[in-house]
Amino acid sequence: MKSIISGIIGLFSILVVHLKPQDPLLESIKRGSDVYKDFCVSCHMSYGEGVKNVYPPLAKSDFLRENREESIHVIKYGQKGKIVVNNVTYNGSMSAQGLSDDEVADVMNYITNTWGNKNDKMVTEEEVSNIKK
Amino acid sequence: MKKFHYLLVIIFITFYACAQQIESEIKAQEPQDLNYTTELVIPDLDIPWGMAFLPDSSILITEKSGDLIHFKDGTKTNIEGTPEVYVRGQGGFLDIELHPDYENNGWIYMTYASSEGNGNGGNTAIMRAKLNNNTLTNKEVLYKAEPNTKIGRHWGSRIAFDNDGYLYFSIGDRANRDVNPQDITKDCGKIYRIKDDGSIPQDNPFVDNADAKHAIYSYGHRNPQGMTKHPITGEIYIHEHGPQGGDEINIVYAGKNYGWPIISYGINYDGTSFTNITEKDGMEQPLFYWVPSIAPSGLAIVNSDKYPKWQGNILAGSLKFSYLERLVIVDGKVEKREKLFENIGRLRDVKQAPDGFIYIAVEGKGIYKIIPKKI
Repeated sequence: MKSIISGIIGLFSILVVHLKPQDPLLESIKRGSDVYKDFCVSCHMSYGEGVKNVYPPLAKSDFLRENREESIHVIKYGQKGKIVVNNVTYNGSMSAQGLSDDEVADVMNYITNTWGNKNDKMVTEEEVSNIKK
Repeated sequence: MKKFHYLLVIIFITFYACAQQIESEIKAQEPQDLNYTTELVIPDLDIPWGMAFLPDSSILITEKSGDLIHFKDGTKTNIEGTPEVYVRGQGGFLDIELHPDYENNGWIYMTYASSEGNGNGGNTAIMRAKLNNNTLTNKEVLYKAEPNTKIGRHWGSRIAFDNDGYLYFSIGDRANRDVNPQDITKDCGKIYRIKDDGSIPQDNPFVDNADAKHAIYSYGHRNPQGMTKHPITGEIYIHEHGPQGGDEINIVYAGKNYGWPIISYGINYDGTSFTNITEKDGMEQPLFYWVPSIAPSGLAIVNSDKYPKWQGNILAGSLKFSYLERLVIVDGKVEKREKLFENIGRLRDVKQAPDGFIYIAVEGKGIYKIIPKKI
């Protein structure tokens, strides 16, 4: 019995290990996690919780969930002035980070699929490139 | 017994994962009887990173996105011929400072993120140039750190001159803390000292080490975004961003090691620790450390008679908490901290100008002058 179970577990791990790299969304999320750590974490924090009344949260953010294009726009070109997230108004600014379109797509896939956020429709480099100033 | 083991493991993990931090002993307070207010003198700026005050009372402002703005008689003019700026993460057009003898030689010094040189990405550079008819001329790159990297964090960079005319500037560790800051044969995580023409002073601390970067003056720094000459002692003061907690104020001395990342009062952003020591022989202790972090940018020390009660006080901008911090120093120790103009916005730079007034640069707003309240 034990060997059957470990056999199944073993098979499963092999499947997971081999399947993962082929899933473009998972790959993009993984790259997006590195982008997040470099460009975003110092304000939006490790768990996407933001800083109370200063930097809006990304975790369970209604803005992020409901404004896909605008969210991409914010990351690509920056944001200035009032923004309402989860019923709290923030009046700061975020500068454009100088990310390439593929990096914007990766970090979007990461933040929309982490900390309880879920987004099945993958953001692609092409989609980002179509969002103009 | 087994349960006990689990308990031990859990306790261990808890302590390991959520490193304990010692909060700053002196807490920042609301100001009492603040006799000053702010007046917006230059509106509508995005990220005014640095300011320089010209003898004709006009002001030069660097915008992180790459513009150099000349504000004169109420009008903004974009200066042409600015350096090629690599805008990436925290990198962009950074500080600007005039030569102490600007009136006679016209030299202006600027730091910026540059992709010049080999490899993808960029690193911090310093240039000098002159301003002629709204154009930068006589441009000379005095120093450019290596190697280029696409990492977006920790470029430094502030500029200051000391009383002997030496030029100091800071470069952050480029988020490569285990490689750069403790290695004097590498750039980044350093304070540099050069002559005003970019040449290396013969008495720089590491000139006898053939492998070292000879422009290095001190090392073991993380990301210094504040630097100023003390108006009385002439010493070079800096502050630097810590990780989560552990921002520091330091006075820089030749050849000294400020400890990053071997010693630190900070922890990782995810709450784990990377070092459990805050002191070590051969490494300098800060004049002050901030826990929690205020994310300091811009540094000034007051000696103007416009602010009689602030004499010798340190002023530092807080990006994170959107205020100007005033630190009262007594016998080399911080005795009191005040939060001035809370909620004004991400405070990027602070300077005492030749007119004696203190100016602050606020992201998304502009440049404010600190003036006495009308009675």
